[in-house]
Amino acid sequence: MLSLMRRYTFSAGHRLSRAHWEPERNRRIYGRCANPHGHGHNYTLHVVVTGEVDPASGMIADLAELDRVVRRLVVDRLDHRFINDEIPDFRDRVPTSENLCRWIWSALQLEVPGRLVRITLKETDTNSFEYSGL
Amino acid sequence: MIVITKTVSFCAAHRYWQTAWDEAKNRAVFGPCANPHGHGHNYRLELSLAGEPDPESGMIIDLKDVKAILEQTVLDHLDHRFLNLDIPYFQTVIPTTENLVLYIRDLLQPTFRGVRIHRIRLWESDDLGVEWTEEPGCSA
Repeated sequence: MLSLMRRYTFSAGHRLSRAHWEPERNRRIYGRCANPHGHGHNYTLHVVVTGEVDPASGMIADLAELDRVVRRLVVDRLDHRFINDEIPDFRDRVPTSENLCRWIWSALQLEVPGRLVRITLKETDTNSFEYSGL
Repeated sequence: MIVITKTVSFCAAHRYWQTAWDEAKNRAVFGPCANPHGHGHNYRLELSLAGEPDPESGMIIDLKDVKAILEQTVLDHLDHRFLNLDIPYFQTVIPTTENLVLYIRDLLQPTFRGVRIHRIRLWESDDLGVEWTEEPGCSA
């Protein structure tokens, strides 16, 4: 199987805490990520799509179209935003990278050219999260 | 099953041009990749091999051997070349990253004994790459 791998970046703020947990429990589970005013990351997102190689172009997918879709549905919505406050879906959902992966998958799944195979979200060089919709 | 990955890099030039299309269509589909004199990339090739560790050496395959095979089979052939002009296969096939991955897979396939090529990732930049993976359940 042949897949196209494309990397995007965005920077966003978030805070990991649950409203109905007391501060002490949020602190125990999420550590510094629960600090009340939040913090941010330079996120790296890899989007992987598969499809047949077009015999004329030699390409799996229209890269410009993929870029338009990912920028419109993910990057432009998240970049330089505070996720908890500005993305309605995260008002009541903790914006862990796990939850963010699922949100990104849902946003892209039916919209990307080709078939979405995998997304990998790196919040730092040492922490990354992968989701294949399973 | 264990998977090991060896990474190497090479530099090559290419141009995307479909002779069956006119200038406007080539430009619309390929953008600057259709510029007449071509351009180049620092490619990064990640070869992943799958197998069971040898009970004595503890290794699937000696990474020195993998490196030597990659150098002889891929790098000596493609490094510092203009793919469309220097590689006969790409005189009639557009050297997209998709086609280049398949070409590299076919070069490498006969060279390994006792291990399978599990995955090949070819990055033309940090932002764009193509991955070939063996079909699930394949154990040739």
